[in-house]
Amino acid sequence: MDRRHFMRGLAVAGCSAAAHPLMTTVTLAGSDGGRPLGDHRLVVMILRGAMDGLDVVQPQGDAQYAALRPTLLQPGASDLDGFFKLHAGLGGLMPMWGAGQLAFAHATSTPYRDKRSHFAGQDMLEAGTGMDVPAGLVKDGWLNRLLQSQPGLTSETAYAIGRDAMPLLQGAAEVRNWAPEAVLALSPQARLLFEQIYHDDPLFQQTAFEAMELAESGHTSAMEMDPNPTGVKVQDVEKLVDYAAGRLRQDTRIAAFSMSGWDTHRGQAAGLTKALTRLQYAILRLQTGLGPEIWGKTALLAMTEFGRTAQENGTAGTDHGTGGLMLMAGGAINGGRMFGKWPGLAEQDLYDRRDLMPTSDVRDWAAHTMRGMYGLERSVLEQTVFPGLIMGADPGLVL
Amino acid sequence: MTAIRTIAAIRFGFGLPLPAGAPDTADAMLVRLAGPDIAAQDWPIGGLEQAAPLLIALKSIKKEGKSDAAQAGRRDDLLTQIAEVTYAARIATFGRILDAPDGFRERLVSFWANHFSVVARNPAETFMPFALVEDAIRPHLTARFSDLLAAVTLHPAMLLYLDQSASVGPNSGLGKKQSKGLNENLAREVIELHSLGVDAGYAQDDVRQMAELLTGLVYQVDAGTVFLPRRAEPGPETVLGKTYQGEGLAMIREALGDLGKRPETAVHIAKKLVVHFISDHPDPDLVAAVAAAFVATDGDLMAVYTALLSHPAAWQDQMEKIRQPFDFILVSARALGLSGKMVQNLNYRPFQRIFLKSMQAMGQPFKAPNGPNGFPEAADAWITPQALASRITWAMQEPQQLLDVLPDPVAMAQSCLADRASPALLLAVSRSEDIREGVGLILASAEFNRR
Repeated sequence: MDRRHFMRGLAVAGCSAAAHPLMTTVTLAGSDGGRPLGDHRLVVMILRGAMDGLDVVQPQGDAQYAALRPTLLQPGASDLDGFFKLHAGLGGLMPMWGAGQLAFAHATSTPYRDKRSHFAGQDMLEAGTGMDVPAGLVKDGWLNRLLQSQPGLTSETAYAIGRDAMPLLQGAAEVRNWAPEAVLALSPQARLLFEQIYHDDPLFQQTAFEAMELAESGHTSAMEMDPNPTGVKVQDVEKLVDYAAGRLRQDTRIAAFSMSGWDTHRGQAAGLTKALTRLQYAILRLQTGLGPEIWGKTALLAMTEFGRTAQENGTAGTDHGTGGLMLMAGGAINGGRMFGKWPGLAEQDLYDRRDLMPTSDVRDWAAHTMRGMYGLERSVLEQTVFPGLIMGADPGLVL
Repeated sequence: MTAIRTIAAIRFGFGLPLPAGAPDTADAMLVRLAGPDIAAQDWPIGGLEQAAPLLIALKSIKKEGKSDAAQAGRRDDLLTQIAEVTYAARIATFGRILDAPDGFRERLVSFWANHFSVVARNPAETFMPFALVEDAIRPHLTARFSDLLAAVTLHPAMLLYLDQSASVGPNSGLGKKQSKGLNENLAREVIELHSLGVDAGYAQDDVRQMAELLTGLVYQVDAGTVFLPRRAEPGPETVLGKTYQGEGLAMIREALGDLGKRPETAVHIAKKLVVHFISDHPDPDLVAAVAAAFVATDGDLMAVYTALLSHPAAWQDQMEKIRQPFDFILVSARALGLSGKMVQNLNYRPFQRIFLKSMQAMGQPFKAPNGPNGFPEAADAWITPQALASRITWAMQEPQQLLDVLPDPVAMAQSCLADRASPALLLAVSRSEDIREGVGLILASAEFNRR
């Protein structure tokens, strides 16, 4: 819907424009320079449930690995660099690896330690804080703080997509929240009446305004695309990714969504393959949907709350661990190689003698990606986006 | 100031209008809660024993293999029967809420079913979440928390969902013979989610020891929950500083009993109740009062609910919470005058579409949260653009699918919101273009979606 029309409706209802929270948005929209954050696109996927990095990128060159993973070891997995092999569930990404557009950081984690709670772990992953900050104290997500640090962004700059909450993008900077299948069709009269009944409830007022605007903006996820190269169609992932691609081809620079299904305590071989099939489909579909030019300016970061135990548990699965894996893809990524220091899998090298030892902070990779793409100052990244992070040397992650 | 009766129905029940004879004060609600579970009698749902013969038959087919076409047909037939039992349980769950003159009981059932979330992961498991409610939650709704915790933890639905049935003590007879071992899933969530809470002082070793302590506990389709010594880790286990000797169900019950009475558990449960019913930013004094009642009575849940309802902060005028989609749909149905019988008379497809699919679009697939932590509480997790669009669309379009004649909107606003209906809402309703839109405005209003 037309924003001014909505504002007029509020004014009719006796609202003071100066005090209205939406005015900030209007002001920002007015200062839109047309190219907020330049041309680079950042896509962040939160993999909820703790992805087993040791299974996805298998360190088969490590002498301990086979003994730790008797049923999960995949001798036929695709070789990455002579030491690591890629799980067959991501086999369709090998051409992307070959083209230098896919990379992994192994043995990485957030600063979260010890209790191994999915929910506390995800909170920290999305808040972008360290163990020095009490849980729940920081209410906004690190990706939102990135937006807060940038002047001149529009309301189209960032999208959280899907039905799941994305704390990663929540905060003071305006972002869009929408699901590709959502609709809202109201008569003009009904719209006016909604403006009136929501007038005194800021949560409903603001949210309804966004919903009406998004529903009317004509964004659809329908796109003409080649059949996907993997041939495996995953309907819900397709809708999500197509919607994201549609936005990113226009003014949107940042998109975030989540995928679940990684909590593989039992029967991991089947469960992980299913989750990886979805992940692979999402990545390939995004590449196709963006087209070569925009994909060339894109970095996709897929991260999870923590890794899983080095040793298989008693039920052909793995329990909650510490060090994990981050996936980076896109034409902006200097890929085809592994990042991070390998800590080894001998018992004395493990965290708590049980988990892969983290040798890097997952935030460091994200910070270098944003610095590489958007030219952000280290001080902004270390103080605002990821408070408490001390960035290491530039790993050369971004082309 | 909002009338006590209005707050009682909206915040602690399934809304207005209240069925005849329904309690409308704190004292009356507690008296009714301490009495018999009338809704369960009126709308019976069998426990797991209802589905057990089907699950046993299904298991025997799996054992024989499914290559045979006749066996495959038999398997489909059994899965259809399970789906039918589950469908009837869904209808009965709706019926209880729509007809029950005891909204607080139904809200507590929802609260605990979410606290102890179990999710069906395949068609054979679809009845399990209902079985957990019938067998473990409703019978222990006013018992000691530790009894509720034990009943839920030992229920087949939980053993299955959190993988306990697969866990084996590595040094047990079976563990050594087949080189099988532990699965920590249930042990971790019992401590982190179900009792102490993640903020309490426990360590990975407590989780590990608890997992060892729980070994031997399995669900067998034909026997239910059993303890099998050949799977149990030998030797004592120490959890949170207390050492448990021996093995068997008695020791597991003792450990669960101890977890269920810990002071950290009291605080965790108190806070969760207050956050669920009153505010995302709970009054510390109210939480302390509820936790104190828990500690003083070793977790007597009647005492806990009494402390909650007796505190003035529980009756604050401001409606901070959002009705979650399940509540929204049920309260809307009640506001429209639907009875349990009317919902039962809907065909399968309309029921699925109008109620279940819509809940999913609003962000709450029925009994299927993403994980064992259940659904979120925060207002802004529910009122997102995409979810609010679904609520508004439901409010505008579905009532006319449910009723031949829609109620007069102004009268409906007064009956379902009473003194909470704002002048702005009543004015807007009177200006709506037609009855359908007037009804939609009420159901989509902030007043109606808050509690």
